[in-house]
Amino acid sequence: MTAAPQIPDESQRIAAILAGQREQFHDLIRPYERTVYAMALAMLKNEADAEEATQEAFLKAYRSLATFRAESRFGTWLASIALNEARSILRRRNQLPTDSIDDNHDDQPAVSPALLRDWREIPSETLERAEVRSILRTAIDNLPLLYREIFLLRDLEELSVNDCATTLNISVSAAKVRLHRARLLLQKELAPQLKHLNPKRRWFPWS
Amino acid sequence: MVIDCKHVWDAISGYIDDSLTPETRALVQKHLDHCNICSAVLDSTRNILILTGDDRVFELPTGFSERLHASIDKEIHSPGLPTTT
Repeated sequence: MTAAPQIPDESQRIAAILAGQREQFHDLIRPYERTVYAMALAMLKNEADAEEATQEAFLKAYRSLATFRAESRFGTWLASIALNEARSILRRRNQLPTDSIDDNHDDQPAVSPALLRDWREIPSETLERAEVRSILRTAIDNLPLLYREIFLLRDLEELSVNDCATTLNISVSAAKVRLHRARLLLQKELAPQLKHLNPKRRWFPWS
Repeated sequence: MVIDCKHVWDAISGYIDDSLTPETRALVQKHLDHCNICSAVLDSTRNILILTGDDRVFELPTGFSERLHASIDKEIHSPGLPTTT
């Protein structure tokens, strides 16, 4: 959740690019590079494909910048282009589930969280440790794509729930249900693994 | 009305997004105030979302940014797009 804050002069910058100051596109996208790549990697689970999807998403954004409507967030627009780019790579690999699952969420059993008696806050500095990043990445990778997508849009790209629903072409209530499941699946998987992390204790016996 | 733990778990995501109705939120809050397990479920979920939603979890490959901007540069210097017309 370290997405860049809305940059005040973003819309002016877009107007300037469209007016001919094309070089400004470099600065326009700089705050989004990391997040777009992270989303592509989490979708595709392959660095080379993720880099290709990211490049293609930014090039598409550049080419279609004139279609961007200023009333929406640039980051939201970009996330939707990146999602579609990653999906098209998955489609080429025949790994994209059909959209018909969309509104059948009521059929699925509820997800129960991992139960704990207490929780000690794990600070973000813990991410400096490679083994922690690896545990988190594995949990995200293991989410079914249906849940991974909404988690990435909402909790990584920080789109509103309504924008997530629009981007995924599903109803707001379906988006809420999916998001809830995604979040509880992560909690269920990660809480037992992470609860022993103590910032004061630097090393612990993972194998 | 009193709600049990299972109802609170169903409301965790909505609670985090602050999208519950005021009535449901009040019921959930009342439960959380005295249930350590549900409080730990909420705190751990919130904490885990901050960690997993951090883009540093996914490392950028070496030279990623340079390659990206080089391909953008090439596009920028090709004629035509983007335009407002």
